[in-house]
Amino acid sequence: MAGYSLKEVMNKPERLAPGHRMCAGCGATIGVRAVLRALHEEDHAVIGNATGCLEVSSYTYPYTAWEDSYIHNAFENAGATLSGVETAYRVLKKRGRIPAEDNYKFITFGGDGGTYDIGFQSLSGAMERGHDLVYVCYDNGAYMNTGIQRSSATPQFADTTTTPVGKESNGKMQTRKDLAAIIAEHNVPYVAQTTLTKDFKDIHLKAEKAIYTEGAAFLNMLTPCPRGWRYDTPDVMKICQLAIDTCYWPMFEVDHGVWTLTYEPKNKLPIEDFLRAQGRFKHLFKPGNEDLIVQFQNEVDRRWEDLLYRCAK
Amino acid sequence: MSKKDRMSGNEAVAYAIRQINPDVMPAFPITPSTEIPQLVSTYIANGEMDTEFIPVESEHSSMSATVGAEAAGARSLTATSSCGLALMWEELLIAASNRMPCALALVNRTLSGPININCDHSDGMGARDTGWIQIYAETNQEAYDNFIQAYPIAEDKRVHLPIMICQDGFITSHAVQNIELNEDQDVKDFVGEYNPEEYLLNTGNPIAIGPYSISNYAMEARKAQEMAMENSKEVIIEVAKKYKEKFGRGFELFEEYRTADADYIMLIMGSAAGTAKQAVDDLREKGYKVGVLKLRVFRPFPADEIAKALSNCKAVAIMERTESYNGHGGPLASEVRAGLFENGINIKAVCYTYGLAGRDFTVEHVYSIFDELKDVDLNNKKVKQHRYINLRTKEEN
Repeated sequence: MAGYSLKEVMNKPERLAPGHRMCAGCGATIGVRAVLRALHEEDHAVIGNATGCLEVSSYTYPYTAWEDSYIHNAFENAGATLSGVETAYRVLKKRGRIPAEDNYKFITFGGDGGTYDIGFQSLSGAMERGHDLVYVCYDNGAYMNTGIQRSSATPQFADTTTTPVGKESNGKMQTRKDLAAIIAEHNVPYVAQTTLTKDFKDIHLKAEKAIYTEGAAFLNMLTPCPRGWRYDTPDVMKICQLAIDTCYWPMFEVDHGVWTLTYEPKNKLPIEDFLRAQGRFKHLFKPGNEDLIVQFQNEVDRRWEDLLYRCAK
Repeated sequence: MSKKDRMSGNEAVAYAIRQINPDVMPAFPITPSTEIPQLVSTYIANGEMDTEFIPVESEHSSMSATVGAEAAGARSLTATSSCGLALMWEELLIAASNRMPCALALVNRTLSGPININCDHSDGMGARDTGWIQIYAETNQEAYDNFIQAYPIAEDKRVHLPIMICQDGFITSHAVQNIELNEDQDVKDFVGEYNPEEYLLNTGNPIAIGPYSISNYAMEARKAQEMAMENSKEVIIEVAKKYKEKFGRGFELFEEYRTADADYIMLIMGSAAGTAKQAVDDLREKGYKVGVLKLRVFRPFPADEIAKALSNCKAVAIMERTESYNGHGGPLASEVRAGLFENGINIKAVCYTYGLAGRDFTVEHVYSIFDELKDVDLNNKKVKQHRYINLRTKEEN
């Protein structure tokens, strides 16, 4: 989309007020603010939230950081909860109990645990029924709020508290679930995968498209967690860049069934560059574990090739 | 004005829902409540009502979406039975603690296992401490009348709690009986418009719902909920009076059937009250002074009122259509006995478990229970305080 100006969008009023209790260097908060900036200023919104870091840190009674109406229900039902809110909007509009000129948008945030795992059924139902809402997963690759337990979004070999590295263990055994592709297979109008880039253009444009495309939309955003990934907090943006430059986290969109790659690194970097910056992969760099990195690289390559094929590259 | 018809309990509740025409109904099929969302969907398909129906993918989601819709400012409801209610247990608590005045049509069915689709009260009783008002019905007529009273009770500013309108699976939900139906407009007038004070879609006044609450605040929220439940008793009575004035039917907290001079009373809830009343009529003809106390409102529990109603009898049979697995009776017995004790009423009270998973309960069983109460009272017969009725094998007494 032409006319994206970082300066302009950064000057919009914040819809997530400062003073919340998220960690320094947390990717989720940066991602949430980027998504909210895509809301047109004149539009109202109801924000949903699955239980997780974002919820407990942004709405601790009696304080809320949310400028818009906000609802947290439980861990596994952000999709269903917002389905109810969105349906209420349609019926109240139909029955004249909300002024015709009031325009509402519906966005819900869930971590990967609340989205890939326990909230998967509720999300799938909301997508299949086609509610006019956006489900945004802030994927930090583990149950960070409860203390870094593995989820189905956790990358292979990550050291988590339920896949600890030890004499008999190299961390998580399985590879990641590809949730964006699974939701795309629901044939919803818009699905995209994104992360934080220096100009926030990719996430902004995708969020805007997701919010303003009629029907159900899903946004999967990689948002590093300094506690779980064990990186230096100022490096959050660098790590996101490495995730896309190594093709660990490809950025793409599926717009009405058409798969498009939205970023292709000029030089695809080796996966070590992404892994090395994170304490959760430290064991991969011990002598004798070279084959694990090869395995990781092979999986990244296989998925990248598969994506290129889907995007008809 | 009313008109006479005949219909099943499910049809009667769906008919009431059509007349109320609430805003949002998410639901998921489960026997024996499935007909309610089916019938509502049919009314919508035929243009007889314009509620938004959400065909969710589970009961957990039906209650989650009900909470979402109610929070957004929409009058909402769902229907379920048995395992469906068990699956939404977490959400029942959240609906109540968020003070959502939504409604649930519960068609009582046993819980697994073994899996069985027939009636008992284990689903409703399992949800008894979730903070919902619970009103039980003997007949299709009562299920209908109770449902029309649901929103005026739940939405009252003194209450603001969710409400469960219960009827017995198959026995009430599927059996066709005569019924008096109110005129559509009369029902709409009785229920009134929903005007929530605070809701998500209230432009200019955004709100946040569902906070993380630390120990400094959470206990006060629970206390406020408890006070609302206490308040609901007077509101339930007021609404019942108003309903009776307008439509000529119904009871307040319970029905007292031939209890005024009764020596022995059977305290029972749900469809089996009809069987008990028939047996009482039979025994009265033979000169026995027996009666039935049919409980309508289980939450809030009218402990003092029940104790007072039992104060002049010599023994009471407390009939449980559920099992608590606590080794000494069911939930109804625990609460009734506590009420008697608090009020210093020292009568014999025997707890009988009957009708689990659809097991028959007949007038003969009622006769034998009254016989036993008499024996307990006059001959000081020692009986186990927790008895099963109509088991295949004779119970060890």
